[in-house]
Amino acid sequence: MSTLAEPRRRSRFGWNLLGLLVFAVAGFPVYWMLNTAIKPAKDAIDPDPSLLPTGFTLANFSRALHIADFWGPVGRSLIVSLAVVAIGIVVGMLAALAISRFAFRGRKIVIVGILAVQMVPLVAMIIPVFLLLNDLDQYDKLSGLIITYLTFILPFTVWTLRGFIVNIPKELEEAAMVDGCSRTGAFVRVVFPLLAPGMVATSVYGFIQAWNEYLYALMLLSQKNQTATVWLGNFTTKHGTEYAPMMAGATLMAVPIVALFLLVQRKMAAGLTAGAVKG
Amino acid sequence: MSAADTTTPAKVPPTRPSPPPPAPPGRPRPKRTSAGTPWLLLAPCLLILLLVMGYPLVRLVTLSFQKFGQSQLWGFQPAENIGLDNFTGVLDDGEFWQVVVRTIVFAAGCVILTMVLGMLIALLLQRVSGWVKTLVNIALVASWGMPVIVATTVFKWLFDSDYGILNAVLSKLPGVDLIGHNWFASGPQGLAVIMLLVIWGAVPFVVITLSAGLTQVPAELEEAARLDGAGSWGVFRYVTLPILKPIIVMLTTLSVIWDMGVFPQVFVMRGGHPEPEFQLLTTYSYDRAFVVNDYGQGSAIALITVLLLLGVVAVYMRQMLKIGEVE
Repeated sequence: MSTLAEPRRRSRFGWNLLGLLVFAVAGFPVYWMLNTAIKPAKDAIDPDPSLLPTGFTLANFSRALHIADFWGPVGRSLIVSLAVVAIGIVVGMLAALAISRFAFRGRKIVIVGILAVQMVPLVAMIIPVFLLLNDLDQYDKLSGLIITYLTFILPFTVWTLRGFIVNIPKELEEAAMVDGCSRTGAFVRVVFPLLAPGMVATSVYGFIQAWNEYLYALMLLSQKNQTATVWLGNFTTKHGTEYAPMMAGATLMAVPIVALFLLVQRKMAAGLTAGAVKG
Repeated sequence: MSAADTTTPAKVPPTRPSPPPPAPPGRPRPKRTSAGTPWLLLAPCLLILLLVMGYPLVRLVTLSFQKFGQSQLWGFQPAENIGLDNFTGVLDDGEFWQVVVRTIVFAAGCVILTMVLGMLIALLLQRVSGWVKTLVNIALVASWGMPVIVATTVFKWLFDSDYGILNAVLSKLPGVDLIGHNWFASGPQGLAVIMLLVIWGAVPFVVITLSAGLTQVPAELEEAARLDGAGSWGVFRYVTLPILKPIIVMLTTLSVIWDMGVFPQVFVMRGGHPEPEFQLLTTYSYDRAFVVNDYGQGSAIALITVLLLLGVVAVYMRQMLKIGEVE
């Protein structure tokens, strides 16, 4: 045994080294963002920067908050993202139920349609969407942005929820109906509790997508109504960029999102591949 | 941006469109579902999509056949039908073809490198110790979860010509002097940096999805192949790859669609005004519409982009439908 284990261990050492290299390269930008955010501003413009943290200060964060209105954009992003997710999950749930629990003519067309809609690049739609909101008098209004965000949140929600519903055995519902539940009752008492984790994951993921959106927010709101992503984007375009506060702002925006993402990532990825392998 | 600043005062309370009412539950229901129920459930979703997706799509097509500029936007002049003029105008423009080639090269580079790197890292993760795997996964998930705009600003900082860490570190290598080097002085080099940014953000999804797929490859099959004399490459080529094929097809098509749609990375990296050398189809169409104020030609370019993608979308849809039918 030991003769076999020995070369294996040695070869694993090489792989581990390679793995650590991947870790360093993939993690470096994140590390450097955090590092710059907490280092004293004068060290950020050192032509020979130290790779290790040179000190700890929160000055960059307070500077980022004061350079421009930070909470205004964040508040607007929150309103938009929460509203989009709330509408998306209710409307999407109904549609997902229809395509996963009912057999009806035209079902396949609806499925194809929802999938296809997801594939249209957002960028290609910005011109007519801009004109549409202009016509509806919704330009520069959060309600206008909320409606347009549904273009990508709604198909995503329907498709993902469908995946979760399909994984709940139909027999559970049928058993409840045999025991005297109505169809709605069976759904509320049996399917809904099983679906709840999936709904939470879908909502969180949808929230992240809405929060991260840049182009529509840039085009459909004026500067004074900008959202958080546009705020950060403009931070970079301002003449004489101060990178240390900018990285502090970036950190403020990224940390909550990455944390949320960590919560749901496993569930979302698993749902996707479970289906793919079957195919 | 500048087009319509005047429409509204600043603080508009967000009027949230109330979610449409669900299907009425109270009514006594026949035991067998009536044919209308699914459509009733679908109705709110379809109506919203029709408004925010269907209508703009139709408008995109009609716009591309119209003369639509500043005066049509403000309503001084009605939009005039000009047939194929927008398309011929775009297609006759030498710059357009440069942009097309650049976009395809850029997207192809992103997709190929993302898929190859993703596959290699996924395979690597099968061979490392548990703690290394955990570390790599943490780094991958963190970079995957980073908002695109945040990642873009971070890369801008990494590649800054004066104080960027990359120039400083690379210059420490013997014979390399990149102090003060401006990565964005030339288009190809700048786009390579942006490509790196896109790949950095896209690899984690590929790795994690492929890793999950790799766990489904039956060990007995690999063993059997090995006993039959296959080397590691043979096992990969003839056992692992065919099993992973559906996932790979899906990831590749998704990547093509995403990488052809790269916009904020270029836009923000170039401070909102990408130079001609940096234009991709997306920024080019944006430029035509909102900078030159030719919404007709902008739409024509966007439409051409969508048409270019149709083939890829078809492959993706077929794959998804295969999955969708397994229920």
